[in-house]
Amino acid sequence: MLQVSIYRYNPETDAEPYMQEVQVDTGGKDIMVLDVLELIKAQDTTVAYRRSCREGVCGSDGVNMNGKNGLACITPLSETVRNNKLVLRPLPGLPVVRDLVVDMGMFYAQYEKVQPYLLNDSPAPAIERLQSPEDREKLDGLYECILCACCSTSCPSFWWNPDRFIGPAGLLQAYRFLADTRDTATEERLSRLDDPFSVFRCHGIQNCVNVCPKGLNPTRAIGHIRNMLLSRAT
Amino acid sequence: MVTAVTSMGRSGLYDWLMQRVTAVILLAYFLLVGWVLIGGVDYASWKALYSQTWMRVFSLLALLSLGIHAWVGLWAVFTDYLTERLMGTTGNVLRLLAQVVCAIVMFTYVVWGIQILWGF
Repeated sequence: MLQVSIYRYNPETDAEPYMQEVQVDTGGKDIMVLDVLELIKAQDTTVAYRRSCREGVCGSDGVNMNGKNGLACITPLSETVRNNKLVLRPLPGLPVVRDLVVDMGMFYAQYEKVQPYLLNDSPAPAIERLQSPEDREKLDGLYECILCACCSTSCPSFWWNPDRFIGPAGLLQAYRFLADTRDTATEERLSRLDDPFSVFRCHGIQNCVNVCPKGLNPTRAIGHIRNMLLSRAT
Repeated sequence: MVTAVTSMGRSGLYDWLMQRVTAVILLAYFLLVGWVLIGGVDYASWKALYSQTWMRVFSLLALLSLGIHAWVGLWAVFTDYLTERLMGTTGNVLRLLAQVVCAIVMFTYVVWGIQILWGF
């Protein structure tokens, strides 16, 4: 029996959050953490969490497992459980709506700030804006982000300044459009980022790199943005 | 775009660059001082070293670098932990007070340092 400690909070009935101890029969198999959540849900239907695709594509089930953020659906127990104990908490730093469900409003607000869409004033061609394979390659490692918020909610700079620091997820997307040769708003994008908080609150501790379930590297992208700001200003 | 008037150069890029440049200066200075100390010093050789103009200039440069480096670093710490978001208006008052105290301490050390360097 796996010993699971799960964060519970229902603002309508609970005065404050508490940890609930649950025994889960995994049948001795190395199942995913999401499967464990489903087993818990079968025992106690009031447990709330987000999930959708169950294969690491939608980014809905980002949770904190034994202290490390990740997607419950693609994290096998063997990767996170030590001494038969699994502690499940909501992503840190965001307001809890209920149990493992967090309010992602602040995360999305930062994402929106970087204008995560192609900006190009020239008339659109009949079919599509073409790009050479080499230019397209520059977007590898950037476009794969699924916005699960595992990175930003593992970043202390984002915990303290979620309203002013864009955060690793937003900055990865900022660079995704700065690096895109089809985008013509590079200058405006850089101007919007050039302040003491949006980019420079990153101190390069790389928690984001450590937790990204897609294996992306926001710290490197932030470094590229910094270099672009630097060469623009010197 | 976030506005901030209490940081060193009011630009994240400038602060970031200054922190890196001052870090290199401080590293060079402390390596030099450490190297001299390992080689063994007495009062006479130490006084002779600090009587040279280049050493005095280098020391002042290191002192100013320390002030700038500390300002950039502590500003980041203060704006993380003493904020309106965490403690309401009290956060802003505490942060400004902390910054003023830091500024006075740094200014005092710089002036005092100049007095020491050129005063003996």
